[in-house]
Amino acid sequence: MGYLSLLAFLGAFVLAALGSTYYMEHNGHWVTGMNNQIVWGMPHVFAVFLIVAASGALNVASISSVFNQKIYKPLAPLSTLLALALLIGGLMILVLDLGRPDRLIVAMTKYNFKSIFAWNMILYNGFFVIVGVYAWFMLDRTMKKYSRYAGFAAFIWRLALTTGTGSIFGFLVARPGYDMAMMAPMFIIMSFSFGLAIYLLVLMASYNWTNRPLGDVVVNRLRKLLGVFVAAVLYFVIVYHLTNLYATEHHGFEAFMLLGDSGGSKYSSIFWIGQILLGSLIPLAMIYAPGVANCRKTLATACVLIIIGGLAQMYTIIIGGQAYPMEIFPGMEVLESTFADGVTTIYSASLPEILLGLGGMAMSMIVVALGIKVLSFLPQSLADDVADPHYKAE
Amino acid sequence: MIEKTINFSRRSFVGKTATAAAGISIAPGVFLHQVANAKPADQAATSEVRWGMLINTNKCATGCTACVSACNEENGIQSNDRPESDPQWIRKVKLRDTQTGHVTSLPMMCQHCENPPCVDVCPTGASMKREDGIVLVDKHICIGCRYCMMACPYKARSFVHETITDQKDYAPRGKGTVESCTMCVHRVDDGGTPACVEACNAAEHGAMIFGDLKDPQSEISKELEKHGGKQIRADLRLNTGVRYQGI
Repeated sequence: MGYLSLLAFLGAFVLAALGSTYYMEHNGHWVTGMNNQIVWGMPHVFAVFLIVAASGALNVASISSVFNQKIYKPLAPLSTLLALALLIGGLMILVLDLGRPDRLIVAMTKYNFKSIFAWNMILYNGFFVIVGVYAWFMLDRTMKKYSRYAGFAAFIWRLALTTGTGSIFGFLVARPGYDMAMMAPMFIIMSFSFGLAIYLLVLMASYNWTNRPLGDVVVNRLRKLLGVFVAAVLYFVIVYHLTNLYATEHHGFEAFMLLGDSGGSKYSSIFWIGQILLGSLIPLAMIYAPGVANCRKTLATACVLIIIGGLAQMYTIIIGGQAYPMEIFPGMEVLESTFADGVTTIYSASLPEILLGLGGMAMSMIVVALGIKVLSFLPQSLADDVADPHYKAE
Repeated sequence: MIEKTINFSRRSFVGKTATAAAGISIAPGVFLHQVANAKPADQAATSEVRWGMLINTNKCATGCTACVSACNEENGIQSNDRPESDPQWIRKVKLRDTQTGHVTSLPMMCQHCENPPCVDVCPTGASMKREDGIVLVDKHICIGCRYCMMACPYKARSFVHETITDQKDYAPRGKGTVESCTMCVHRVDDGGTPACVEACNAAEHGAMIFGDLKDPQSEISKELEKHGGKQIRADLRLNTGVRYQGI
């Protein structure tokens, strides 16, 4: 596929997203699958996924600058570009799904500092500035000596950013699926996994399409790191559910999410099949299976599965957490209500919502494609003997 | 001539004084109470009062929706026959105690918390609590992010999903923003009572009392002192302005 046709392909998705936004804003949100019970729908699944992945995409740069790993140094600029691109895509979705996207300027000028959401807006803006400066220092020979400090600042900032994203859910005391401090570290470890999966896909695709050499030394290091991250996410998910299972008041939610009770079969299926099987266990097997150590196709498939699993995880957290009926009247059974009290909400995403989400992803990829073309984010070669001077072919 | 004039004035003075005295003694509760509560338009809400409501669920009639209809009428809320996305500032809920089997009917709306989660999470400060305890949304700076709806433990808020027509000038609303019960702030500021309370009284149920929780002499405070009242989800310690009896 040529470069321009790639841009045109991605651009079509962005246009579809803009069209969807116009349709949703013009008619009002009732044309979406969202309602007064599920207030955050499919656009948020994509948006939060991309924002979390953005922070994780910075991993490779962090390892090179903060932990001073030489082999990662040539990989670092792409890492910063991808981080910025994913955040742009995620925020695009988030803003276009607002009830009043035209009031973005209000969101940027009026802050309630008790709101973790307001803090997130500051963290997003700061991320653009800090990671932008970091990328500049790495690409500008005269500033390169400062890049380590910028990298350190970016590392701290991205941890704060994902803490903020996780806390958007962690700080919601009213809903049994949220209200847990563990949301913040869990989101950080999720960012490591999703971000690196996207990074690896972009790295392999861009080297393949530009006919630059990419050796197994670099790819295998990243592959093993990805395996550790996927296992770590799984660990956090297990602890999250064990904590809920311990507290009697949360048994209803766990039965809903894990067993599909009270109308939760859709969410339990997405959890077990999407998040656990496709998103965690199969990728782990593909990463660690001895026979496929150097197989790029297997690794790429594993990365795609991790992304699908990540979206499934976001779906169960965001939609599942809202669909489960909020316990407004403990000890009481709701016999009648006009506002769906005590009832599991059925949500199905509408086409405009899905198109808006895909448009955000396409936007991220456009930014990456333009960045790679215009600036030297990609080293000419990452062949084994270039990446690792001590490398010896067996 | 002069004598006559003086006599006329004196007679008029005596007569007016007597009328005023009679008015004061006949209807002190109505007349003086309203003057004391009415807030001039140029004066800010004060924390010397805290507006609240007390709902006696034993008096709340199953199947009666007078409060809901009155709220919709008062605030210009129209249904589009899409209950999932239509705004509902107040709703009737019928509950059964899972242990005792006791069935309760009650109206549910914004609980006007002292520590409202919706105000805490609002990024722009559009969700706000007035000094007198009424929780509102500033329609000018609400960006429609719906985070307050995620945070509210009572599902008291609605997002305006559709175009609005025939708005009331005293109850501004807006497509793409979030809204909820205002405790009929426009009436309260004029010394009146919320439309739902008025309708409940008109239907002769008398299940809702509105008043100042900080005034020990108010009807609501006296009733709360005498018979008590519960908060819904008291475990969250939000100190709600709306209290319930019989749950």
